[in-house]
Order: sequence, then C-alpha cells, then structure tokens
Amino acid sequence: MAECHPVGFQWVMEAKARGAKVFHIDPRFTRTSALADRYLPIRAGTDIVLLGALINHVLTNGLDFREYVLAYTNASTIISEDFRDTEDLDGLFSGYDAEGRKYDPSSWAYEGAEEEAAAGQRREQLEGGALHAEAAGPHEYGSGGPAMLATPSTDPTLNHPRCVYQILKRHFARYTPEMVAEACGIEPEAFAELAEAITANSGRERTTAWVYSVGWTQHSVGAQYIRAGAILQLLLGNIGRPGGGILALRGHASIQGSSDIPTLFNILPGYLPMPHAHRHEDLDGYLAAAGADTGFWGRKRSYMVSLLKSWWGDAATADNDFRFDHLPRLTGDHGHYTTVLGQIDGTVKGYFVVGENPAVGSSSGRLQRLGLANLDWLVVRDLRLVETATFWKDSPELETGEMRTEDIGTEVFFMPAASHVEKEGTFTNTQRLLQWREKAIDPPGEARSDLWFYYHLGKRIRRRLTDDDIDLPLRELTWDYPEHGEHAEPSAEAVLREINGTGPDGRALSAYTELEPDGSTRCGCWIYCGVYADEVNQAARRKSRHEQGRIAPEWGWAWPANRRVLYNRASADPEGRPWSERKKLVWWDEEKGEWTGLDVPDFEKDKPPHYLPPDEARAEDAISGSTPFIMQADGKGWLYAPAGMADGPLPTHYEPHESPVPNPLYGRRANPCRKVYDRPEVPYNPAGSSRFPYVLTTYRLTEHHTAGGMSRSLPYLAELQPELFCEVSPRLAEELGLVNGGWATIVTTRAAIEARVLVTGRIRPLRLDGRRIEQVGLPYHWGWSGGVATGDVTNDLMPVVLDPNVYIQEGKAATCDVRPGRRPRGPALLELMEEYRRG
Amino acid sequence: MGNKRRMTRERGIFRWPVLRQLRGEDPRSDAARSARTDALRPRVEQADKVARSVCPYCAVGCGQLVYAKEGRVTQIEGDPDSPISRGRLCPKGSASKQLVNHPDRQTTVLYRRPHGTEWERLDLDTAMDMIADRVVRTRRETWQQEEDGKVVRRTLGIASLGGATLDNEENYLMKKLYTALGAIQVENQARI
Repeated sequence: MAECHPVGFQWVMEAKARGAKVFHIDPRFTRTSALADRYLPIRAGTDIVLLGALINHVLTNGLDFREYVLAYTNASTIISEDFRDTEDLDGLFSGYDAEGRKYDPSSWAYEGAEEEAAAGQRREQLEGGALHAEAAGPHEYGSGGPAMLATPSTDPTLNHPRCVYQILKRHFARYTPEMVAEACGIEPEAFAELAEAITANSGRERTTAWVYSVGWTQHSVGAQYIRAGAILQLLLGNIGRPGGGILALRGHASIQGSSDIPTLFNILPGYLPMPHAHRHEDLDGYLAAAGADTGFWGRKRSYMVSLLKSWWGDAATADNDFRFDHLPRLTGDHGHYTTVLGQIDGTVKGYFVVGENPAVGSSSGRLQRLGLANLDWLVVRDLRLVETATFWKDSPELETGEMRTEDIGTEVFFMPAASHVEKEGTFTNTQRLLQWREKAIDPPGEARSDLWFYYHLGKRIRRRLTDDDIDLPLRELTWDYPEHGEHAEPSAEAVLREINGTGPDGRALSAYTELEPDGSTRCGCWIYCGVYADEVNQAARRKSRHEQGRIAPEWGWAWPANRRVLYNRASADPEGRPWSERKKLVWWDEEKGEWTGLDVPDFEKDKPPHYLPPDEARAEDAISGSTPFIMQADGKGWLYAPAGMADGPLPTHYEPHESPVPNPLYGRRANPCRKVYDRPEVPYNPAGSSRFPYVLTTYRLTEHHTAGGMSRSLPYLAELQPELFCEVSPRLAEELGLVNGGWATIVTTRAAIEARVLVTGRIRPLRLDGRRIEQVGLPYHWGWSGGVATGDVTNDLMPVVLDPNVYIQEGKAATCDVRPGRRPRGPALLELMEEYRRG
Repeated sequence: MGNKRRMTRERGIFRWPVLRQLRGEDPRSDAARSARTDALRPRVEQADKVARSVCPYCAVGCGQLVYAKEGRVTQIEGDPDSPISRGRLCPKGSASKQLVNHPDRQTTVLYRRPHGTEWERLDLDTAMDMIADRVVRTRRETWQQEEDGKVVRRTLGIASLGGATLDNEENYLMKKLYTALGAIQVENQARI
C-alpha cells in the first residue's frame, strides 16, 4: 500500500499513531513492511491457506462475534443434503463436470430451494453452472448476487450438521498453523500473533480492516481469495462498520468507474448483465434469470428499463420491450484474452486501444503483439507513442526475425489524447467516490478527449447509415449532446446528467429509488442516480475538510446515495442501537421513527428494526428490518455462497497453475475450473518442473505506473527508477552466480527477458515441506520505447491462465528459471526458448 | 520585521548575499536574500487559472490544484482541502506536470498504412472519416444476425480495450456506442 497507494497509506499511519497494529503480508519486503508492526513473508499464491487458517482459528476457539453472525450472516442456514465438500471429494465440490471443467451448483443451494426452483421461480438455478461459467458468470447476477430463498430453513443453535456454520468448521478444519507453515512458509509463532491480534481487535468495541490489491485478485483462484477475506470479516463482525471492511485498493484513477460504467464485455452500467443469446430471449426472460427478486436487486426491471430508455429514448416503448432487442447477445467468453486469440485467428479485424498498452501491460506480451500484427486496422489513443502503437516497427519479434515490418498488414491510426487537465469529467476512486475534475487548459494540437473522439466518431458513423435493419439501433440511439468551444467538445456534464437520469418531467432524479419500470424514467447507470440530484453536479462539491466532519459528505459524491460505508446498517445491532459508543455510525431513532447517524444510512430510512416481511413480499419489502445486506436475496452476508461462484461455495486452496510444489491439502492440485487455453501460442510451464524451479511474482513500484505509458518518459520518475531489475535472495544469487548490479536472464516457456540483478533480503526464500523455495520478484513497468527508462517486458513471461469467475489472469504466481548474464539476441533467443520448451 | 530592518540598514556591496554568508551570518538568517529573490513570486501566484482536479495515476483520488497561465500548465500541487489526501501527492502525482507538458507528447495524428515502414501525417478530420468508414465496413462484413439458431445481432469483427484512466462519461459513451454497433468485445484494464 505504501508503494502503490502512498497517499492513502497516510491513514494507516494515522491509525498506527493511535494504537492500531499493522501487519503486512506480502512475498516481498516493501516500504509498507518497513512501516508495519509485523511483516509476514508469504509464498505467492497461498493466501487462502492463511485466511482459511484464521477462519479455522476463529471457529475452533469460538471467537466469532456471535450476535452479529447469527443476525446478519447465513451461518444458521441449512444447506441441501446433496451438497458434498472438498473434504469429501479430495478437492472437488459436488456437481463437478470433468469434461466441461465446470460445476452445476444446484447441490450447493439452501435446503428447500429445490422445491422453489421446481415451481419455476428460479430457472437460473436449475440450469445450473453449465452455462453459468461460460461468460464470466457471476456478473450475470448483477450487483445483487443470485436468487436464493429469502427465508430459508435455519438452526439458530448452529448445531445442525448441515448448517453453514458447521459446514464451514469442517471445510476449514485442516487449515491449521502447521499447514500455514507448510504451504505459505509462515512460522506458527508469527501466525499466532496475527490470529491473536485480529480476534482481539474485533467485536463490539473494536474493528479490524483488511486491505488488498491485485496481489489477491490476479490468481486462478482470485475471486475466492476475496471470498475468504469476506468470510473472516463477517465472522468477526467487521463488515458495514467503521474501521472494518475488506478494502480493495484499485490501481487506476477510475478503474472503479470503469467497472461501474463498464467497458467490460459481460456487464452493462450498474452491473446489469449483458444478455446471453441462449438464456435471455426477451426482457422478461432476461429479468427472470438476472438474479434475485428479493432485496433491492428486485427492482432490476426499473434499472434496466431506465437504461434502455436513456439509450433509445422515445423509440423504446413497452410494446417493443423498450428495445431490449437492440442489445447484442453474448454466447460465451468474449474477454480480453479470447479477443486477442480472435485477432490471431482473423475473426477480430479492427481494434481500438484507448489509454492502454497491451503490448507491454497484458500477460504474454508476444501473444498480444501477434494479435496486433494480424489486424486489418488499429486505432491507438494515447498521450505518447506507446509500444502498442509502434509494435510494427520496433517489436521484439522483429529482432528475432519472427515478424517483418513489410509483412505486417495492420493499418494503424495514432490519435493523440487529451490529458487529465485538458478535459473535464469524473473519476470514481477506490472508495466509490466520484470527483469532478475542472478543465485547466485546452489540449494541444490535434489532441482531443476520448469523449470528443467517441462522440464525433458516433456522429460520423450515424451519417453513414442505411435503412437496413442492422442500422436501426444506431439510427434510434440518443446521441445528441451540447457542444462547446472551437473543437465542438461535447458537454461532459450533459453526459453525467444522462447517467444520473431524469424523471417524467425531464428533471434530474435524486435517487435510484425513484426509477420506474414503466419507461417513465431514464437513467444511464442506476447506482450513479443522485450524482446530479437537484440539477447540481454533486461530484464537483469541494467543501474543505476543515469545514466538515471526518466523513466529509460534501466532498464529491459516493455511490450509492452518497453513502461512505456500504451496508452500514450492520454498525448497529438488530434492535438498531450502535454496537458500542466507540464504533457508532448509524442507528435507529425511535422517537423520529427513522434511521440516522454520521453516514447516510444504507437502509430504508423509515423501515423499523422489528419489521418482518410478509409472505410473497418482493424487492426491498422482502428484507427484514434487522438484516443489513439489502442487495442480497435474503439480506444476509453470505459466509457460504449457495450460488454465484463458478468454482465452489467456499474458498479452497489450490496451487497456482504453475507451481513448484503439490497441493498439500488435496489430490486436486490447481483450481479445477481455471481457464486455460490449448493453443501453441499459449504455452505453460509444466507443474513441478525442474526446468522452472523458482516462484515468479510481479509487482509495481511507487515511481511508475502500470505498463509505464504515463511514467517511464517523465524525467523525475525515470531518474528515480531507471531500469528493470529482478529481486533475488543472496542465497540464490550465490548459487547461480548472480552479481548485484549485473545482469540476469529470466526464462519461462513464454519468453526470456533480461534484468539488472538486485540481490536483497527483501525477497526471502521460504522453507516448505523441508524444501527451500526461492522466489524471484519483477516489477513490470518497462518496455522498449519511451525515452531513457527502457527495459524488457516482464509481462512477456506471464502465462494466460484465468480465474473462472472474472477472467483475470494469474499474474502474481508462476514459475521460472534464472540464468546469469544477458539474454541472447536475435535468432539465438528463439533457440534458447526452444530449448526450454523441449525440456 | 527584524529581517526587513536589517535589509534596509545595509547598503551597497554589503548587501550581496555571498559576502554576507562569508561574513558568517547564521545560515538560518536571511543571508541568501537579495533584491532579486525579493522580487521573485511563486508561479502559483501568477496563474491566471486554478483548476480543481484529481491525480490521474492510482485510485486513491488525491486532489490536485492545477495552475495555468496563458494556456499552459505552470504548476500542479496537492489540494490541501481534500479530505482524502490533505494536500499530499506521491512521486507520480508530484511529477504530473511533466506528464502534461512533456516535449515528447504526440500532438498530431499519425498514420501507418498497411505494410508501411514509416509513420505518415494525416489531418484529424481525414483520420476520423477513415476510422468511421472502417467501422461501418468491418461491422457490415462481420455482422452476425444469428448463431446456433439464436438471434445475436452483433459483430465479433470490432473490439476495444480501454485504460482505467478514462472518465466515467467517456466510458459511458464508449459502451453506449459499441453496444449500438453490436460490438461486444469491449474490455478494460479493470479486468486486467
């Protein structure tokens, strides 16, 4: 955190100054480690063992926050008797289809769910995971999660052998401190200190926060890492309370916004799923399959119809399903890596790359460049000529003779972009806060904002339309924004206002609860509804921190409804009283009959704590007054996920796809559902191979930003971190003859790259099962162009193995070999690669 | 006040900072002060515009004050009012003036024709028309009305990859236009 989010880390230091104890768990020793109370080095790719052992510690010793757990989680819920755990099936859950490498999750359901499904209310559940995993499935359920019984059978004594609490206990029983030592390389004493600290610091009076970043997500089991963190925090009562949570530190200025208003293949704005050809033939079918009808997600028809109205305006009517058929349909995985394979296969002809540099920034860089070289046309928009724009004249494959400039048929347009100070608009930061940026100056020369580019491209495309039916969605599209200035810049505020939405009177809406299912409201992204409340750009608010309290509600605007802590109903007990004076955030005011507090309550303002939903209640009416997780079908925090995850209802430790050791817990080595490709362009290092004996992990440095497009060419930053280096332990350096400041070549089946050697105690070898495992660390910011700070491309080394839930690549744990000296040049490099691939 | 008095008391050559420092004045005094330094004003004071902005690097969202004079950024500083960053910026945020004013920034459109060995110049308007032509043509050539008997109404011929420094408004127009075009392979750094 101190490395990659330095200014955010000041708050960790503030907490430490007030007595908080800070633990840092990371394969490498960083500035964060230096400032933490304790640093725990861990083998990359084993965090579920550590988190599982903490969960086991809590359950075995009865250290959970029992009142919270009973009232706010599904701990007491009874699960189907058809469910089988990984403990029963040696690393598999029930429902696995070995041929399709995916699960049918129907046996994971709450008891009684089968009958409801049979009544036709939960078609999605019956269809099971067969289709589910094909299109980054979990997002298919939107932001509310999948449908499940709103009032399932429970055992409040937590003794029923099939209640979630007992299932968790059995599932994690073998995640012991000894297993942590064996798998992660963390000594039992260090584990004990961590376990003692987090449990002592949780409960009524205290809360513990977990902070993570892509070190938890870029794994073939990445989504389950987060689930493991969520389970631990729910057990300890640390969700929805001040000082608690599991906090994702996102790496880019508006990466949160890019998910909320997604340029992602599988979702629409506000986490509404993209329709699937085989499941969503019309709007009713889509809504029936798109997650729960109970909880706030039960209003999904209003969210979806308002989105369709904002895109197709008056042309979208109830008679034509609000132009639901204008939406193109998915049939499977259309994600980033599959798209690149489509480029190589010739199905993808044209490619827009906007402020991104996949030739350097994506796993398996060579694969990316083979794709770029096989396009008909490529449009790159950036501040400078990044490698993705220039690959045809300077890609590493030209040097090896694999490509020749004259043979590359790709037509390339480089379109200069405006910087962040040369346009106005909002970023959504890592805490869901939208902040409006004022424009300082005009962009230079022909540089334009991306808003300008897409708006004017759309106008030009619309001038080229025919009467043909395929052009109807473009002809009917609402595409008319006020323009200003000599370049006819479209108004970003008008776009933000469309995102916010308008009512029947044309006025900006104030909250998503005002959205209607009948087409009378429009809203481009339901979770952002309210950002333009009262016709005011709420994201532009800048009341000084000196003039407001620590919640600072008048600085920017956070979705949803300007709430700063999600699910903050959980900060009060079931009766609506703060768990403690020290940790109060929102509470029920009996006299006024409403929720109130320091933050905007994440609950219906006038729903009393004792409210019980009537039978057949729908949407938020089905959520009782004492369950805080209002987006979930049953209002509960899900310790156990009865549906919605492609690879199991509970996190299970699997080794990374490329690992030097077997799985110490199960015969099943790696995630059985992980996505791998059977293609010659996507080679893998064999598991346990002696050719690739070291663990390879990648990371970032304070002084650079991702693939370096915005940092490598800046003199200050280039001077601070001028070139690529690899971090190795003194022992490995001695074994291999590596010299500090000299060169090393790092090799995988994908590539061989060279880096300066940094011999350091920051990367520690770990003792696992009597063996010493060496780890090699590489930052990934460099590429071959961009001024003085150049270097080989670390991501060229990385495999294309994806998490089955979200299709993120396993960028944090692979295997490699290391050799002293620089890499061979030209065709000799190919010979070296061939040698390694042959074995 | 004391400093000012001394400045007016001393005359001529004795006011030269180097002499005063050699004469052993306390380094914490105003020994380095001169008429020239007195006349210096901070760049932020001379700005004709101050924009309240946000750092474009990581997702913490530190407030930036962007000072500009005559259409050029002269200084970028942390915004002390921000409850998130309290005026601080990290090395990247502090260097962001160099990002904006970098001499190597490409500010004109460039074009590489198929099999070409060098960049060529193209004016913006022409480039926009050429790109629009290609989108329309590729879309038509790769249009898929049905797959396996199901209506899909899409093209797999056009794909997009966006960085996560795009504004919300930009992402919104991108997703809206691509969806209307039937382009589904729309991706972002957010997955990577």
